[in-house]
Amino acid sequence: MNVLETKDLTYTYGVGTPFEITAVDGVSVSVEAGEFLGVIGHTGSGKSTLIQMLNGLIRPTAGQVLLNGEDIWAKPKEIRRVRFKVGMVFQYPEYQLFEETVLKDIMFGPKNMGLSDADAEAKAREAARFTELREDLLEKSPFELSGGEKRRAAIAGVIAMDPDVLILDEPAAGLDPKGRDLILAQISNYHRERQNTVLLVSHSMEDIGRTADRVLVMNRGKAEFLGPTRRIFAEGQELSEMGLRLPQITSILRRLSGMGMPVGDTVLSVDEAFFQLLPLLKRGGGKGAGA
Amino acid sequence: MISDITLGQFFPGSSVMHRLDPRVKLCMTVYYIGLIFCSRNWITLALTVLTALSGVVLSKVPAKLYLKSLKPIWFLIAFTGILNLFYGSGEPIWSFGFLSITRAGIINAVMIAVRLVVLILISSVLTFTTSPTQLTDAIERVLKPLALLHVPVHEFAMMMTIALRFVPTLLEETDKIMSAQKARGADLESGGLAQRIRALIPILIPLFVSAFRRAFDLATAMESRCYHGGAGRTRMKTLHLGRVDYGVLALCAAYLVLFVLLTALLPAAI
Repeated sequence: MNVLETKDLTYTYGVGTPFEITAVDGVSVSVEAGEFLGVIGHTGSGKSTLIQMLNGLIRPTAGQVLLNGEDIWAKPKEIRRVRFKVGMVFQYPEYQLFEETVLKDIMFGPKNMGLSDADAEAKAREAARFTELREDLLEKSPFELSGGEKRRAAIAGVIAMDPDVLILDEPAAGLDPKGRDLILAQISNYHRERQNTVLLVSHSMEDIGRTADRVLVMNRGKAEFLGPTRRIFAEGQELSEMGLRLPQITSILRRLSGMGMPVGDTVLSVDEAFFQLLPLLKRGGGKGAGA
Repeated sequence: MISDITLGQFFPGSSVMHRLDPRVKLCMTVYYIGLIFCSRNWITLALTVLTALSGVVLSKVPAKLYLKSLKPIWFLIAFTGILNLFYGSGEPIWSFGFLSITRAGIINAVMIAVRLVVLILISSVLTFTTSPTQLTDAIERVLKPLALLHVPVHEFAMMMTIALRFVPTLLEETDKIMSAQKARGADLESGGLAQRIRALIPILIPLFVSAFRRAFDLATAMESRCYHGGAGRTRMKTLHLGRVDYGVLALCAAYLVLFVLLTALLPAAI
């Protein structure tokens, strides 16, 4: 079952001017319900434009976006309903906070959906639980929070709408390694618990490798690859030609595998590498220790 | 989209108008705007229209952009035109109740409309062909004598430079914040006036917060590069008047003589 599907989706900026640029060029992909899809691409590959079309923030110049099999632009006046179903967390979402308290800010989305105060608050508290915001923070002004807390509050503001599909654009950008780990773990938890569809946009193969089931690779406005993460990681050469680099740990193990060591060449995370290298070390030998 | 606003936007190029010294362009613009409102007969009015059009042609900026810069003020032009239509003195040609149109009213309305269009065109030539930095440089230089009267000319110029520099940045930011709030279901397009104003709060507050944040960052960046106001500050690019600039100034002087003669010799339109 495909929750989202694009058909020949195209977006051209500045139609009819000398500055005409096709940012997304004939993209046809399907997103399966309940999957965790990583969207990866170099800066300017069209990934941001693509995701903004998925929730109807921009209208495609050609092609269609199907949500549960229906064209989202069939009734342009009801496009807001699409935005509730396809939740979008933009880059640096902390800049969207505006309410008096964190709780009220998280309630903004649910209230726009027409929920009562009590229902909206229940949704907001539930969302705050996913992003691990402490109770006492909810009554504070959002401007008093730390950077990482603001980011989590903003993400909770989208989760609170309980969307079928959650799209996050570089949610870990600009955070320290600890904050980054925390946010990615919270998103994975949310995905596991809710069984919702999640799209994670990033240019970091590390983040994608750690979280995604499948990966969509965007390059120059086109959908270059779409497949299971491990299979995409096997395309190291092509990826580096698109300006994407495999995670350091994947590259190291590929080299080792090339040297004849019995390790996989599509390792996705340091943890996985750890369990592959450990038996080699235990077996001993100067060669193993050198790795 | 918001970024479609063109009024006061620089259009890079290398035409004669682009290469002219910004001080000359600034003074010329003020001078022509003065002349526009002094033109009292058709010939002198036609002369200012012709000057504005030659400026437009010489700037080599697409005519489309000029039309776009006129777009937001069509209403103003029509409004003042119609208002003036009813304010003429003399024999009424047409009347309805207390409203009456006279020959003088019609002439007045046409003249005002033409003057406003020319005014916008001339100032658009200036802003299309002069980068904001050049423009503020020119303003600072031209207003320098006021510093003797303890007017903080440099500070004003710096404030203007900064303000102009941040217009596109803030527009882009507004766009982003609007998208983010729309993604949370904010409804900006429907409802009555009160509802629409309330709908702006989720956009204005983040925008103000971010503008202040940028201002503090900028102040820190400037201070860490030892900025301490205008005293003793020299420029990397000093302005020099070239042969073309002197030529243009001479033309302006000749133009003034012609204009005064035509105004004195020909009868006024009204």
